[in-house]
Amino acid sequence: MPDATGLELLAHDLLDAEPDSVLDTAHFRGKGALQVRPEAIRPVLELLRGKGFTFLASVHGVDYYPEEPRLGVQYELLDMSALDRLTVRLRVPLDAPVVDSVTPDWPTADHQEREIYDMFGVIFTGHPDLRRILMPEDYEGHPQRRDFPMGGEPVLFTKDEALRRDYTQ
Amino acid sequence: MSTPTRPPTTRPTPYREMEESIDLSAQLQHVPAVGGAEQELLTLNMGPHHPATHGVLRLLVTLEGEVVRDLKPIIGYVHTGIEKTAEDKSYWKVIPIVERMDYLAYYFNAMAFCGATETLLGLEVPKRAQYLRVLHLELNRIMSHLVWLGTSALDLGAISMFWYCFRERETILDIFEMSSGQRMHTRYIQVGGVIDDIPAGFEEKVRAFCAVMPERIEQYGDLLNKNEIVLRRLRNVCPLDEATLLELGVTGPLLRAAGNPWDLRKAMPYSSYEDFDFQIPVGTVGDNYDRYVVRLAEMKESVKIVEQALDGLPEGPFITEDRKVALPPRHELATSMEALIHHFKLVTEGFRVPPGEVYYPIEGPRGELGCFVRSDGSSKPARVHMRDPSFVNLQATAPMVRDAYIADLIATLAMLDPILGGIDR
Repeated sequence: MPDATGLELLAHDLLDAEPDSVLDTAHFRGKGALQVRPEAIRPVLELLRGKGFTFLASVHGVDYYPEEPRLGVQYELLDMSALDRLTVRLRVPLDAPVVDSVTPDWPTADHQEREIYDMFGVIFTGHPDLRRILMPEDYEGHPQRRDFPMGGEPVLFTKDEALRRDYTQ
Repeated sequence: MSTPTRPPTTRPTPYREMEESIDLSAQLQHVPAVGGAEQELLTLNMGPHHPATHGVLRLLVTLEGEVVRDLKPIIGYVHTGIEKTAEDKSYWKVIPIVERMDYLAYYFNAMAFCGATETLLGLEVPKRAQYLRVLHLELNRIMSHLVWLGTSALDLGAISMFWYCFRERETILDIFEMSSGQRMHTRYIQVGGVIDDIPAGFEEKVRAFCAVMPERIEQYGDLLNKNEIVLRRLRNVCPLDEATLLELGVTGPLLRAAGNPWDLRKAMPYSSYEDFDFQIPVGTVGDNYDRYVVRLAEMKESVKIVEQALDGLPEGPFITEDRKVALPPRHELATSMEALIHHFKLVTEGFRVPPGEVYYPIEGPRGELGCFVRSDGSSKPARVHMRDPSFVNLQATAPMVRDAYIADLIATLAMLDPILGGIDR
């Protein structure tokens, strides 16, 4: 794990190469995290790949309701030779939840970005096939958002369909 | 009078010669249009209910003749919103629902979630609990691989393997039942340790299992390793090189089959894995045969770890002594007011977790199983997300089977070992 000093050095390197890219650094429970500007995500990940973080382990979506900017995307990077992990975070506002897709550079992000789009409504521009992945294609809303009600989903049973009864009542 | 000369027994039978004389490789190339007619591609829908897709997986396959030109997996048929449900439950009540994600790796799901919560809490897990976790995790790994082996062999047409594998799986489930009362979704791993110490007679039962299991794995190998059908279906079928696998984020036995010995148990040990002596089996070319052999060898290594965990099982508590996190022992409730208060607080509200975000990866039977937990300081997680290895590994299906026969698609899918409960969550 990069220690707190190593993380600052890494952030400075990134700032030199890509001005205003890193907004903040955090070191929590022995692991470093970089907060980056959403527009800079592709060059930042590319620079980190050059630093040895060649494996994108995971991409997570987070909803920071009621804070703003509300939606977050987290990239878990892994350096397999130095046995090192690093989190890269970004935040986008709810009214413009747009991030550049990293799928062209990291093919593993394909399904995971689709999942975040499906669950949180973050739009990844440049994704080759941005469709819902887990929810039905005609589903409305993004169920993992914190203000999405739990258990508010009417269940459509086939027997009610045959009776032509409105299943929402 | 001379005896008629018999042909040497080593001579191949004519039918084998005939079979080998047929060159099917031309089919794998693009078939030119015949008589000016345009060659059509056929889109075939496989699943979601198909016995060979190992769950409710739907594949849209584009075929040219018998050759797969493209493939799109369509998932979400068993999506149950477990991650959403987890946000409405206190931390200790999340364990039984995350266990139900990848239903063949329930100890791993619980371990990833509890590990993430313990990291957030900054909680030390007693050594005995760590060893008990390792013991159960490795038994679970064997169990998961046995289900994989049985169903995969079934896909290749070997039905008896299924019965043999499920015989040993039953023994493991009995062991799980002994330590936790449940065969599946055991809720054994808790935040801070495990739910209970192992009962009397448990060790003998596990030792008896460890004594027979290596021999049983040899028997599986004897049945399959030199089986002509298995070899023809697996060897040099649908290989994928290490670089592509890494790009696609594939981990676990699939990556190790391609020759990369990446295993989190060795590379970044957790839960005392650094104390154990075991080896990481790797393949060479990364074809279906390597994927099969690597998993078979992994089971043997897991048996070794289980034995070492029993041999070196340290004395001490099986769950943390921190009463703010773990329930007090039952007998204390009758005598100690404090224990009663702690018990009440834990059962009604649960424990509060300091705000923060952690990602806790472990080596599951299918690869890196990571649990991301975000806490907002309350007693319920603000976000639980599983990086399920099946979900990520599924992306490798299309590059693996492109320009292979549709029959090889079934074999490859079996060797991929996707668990749809983990994919859809």
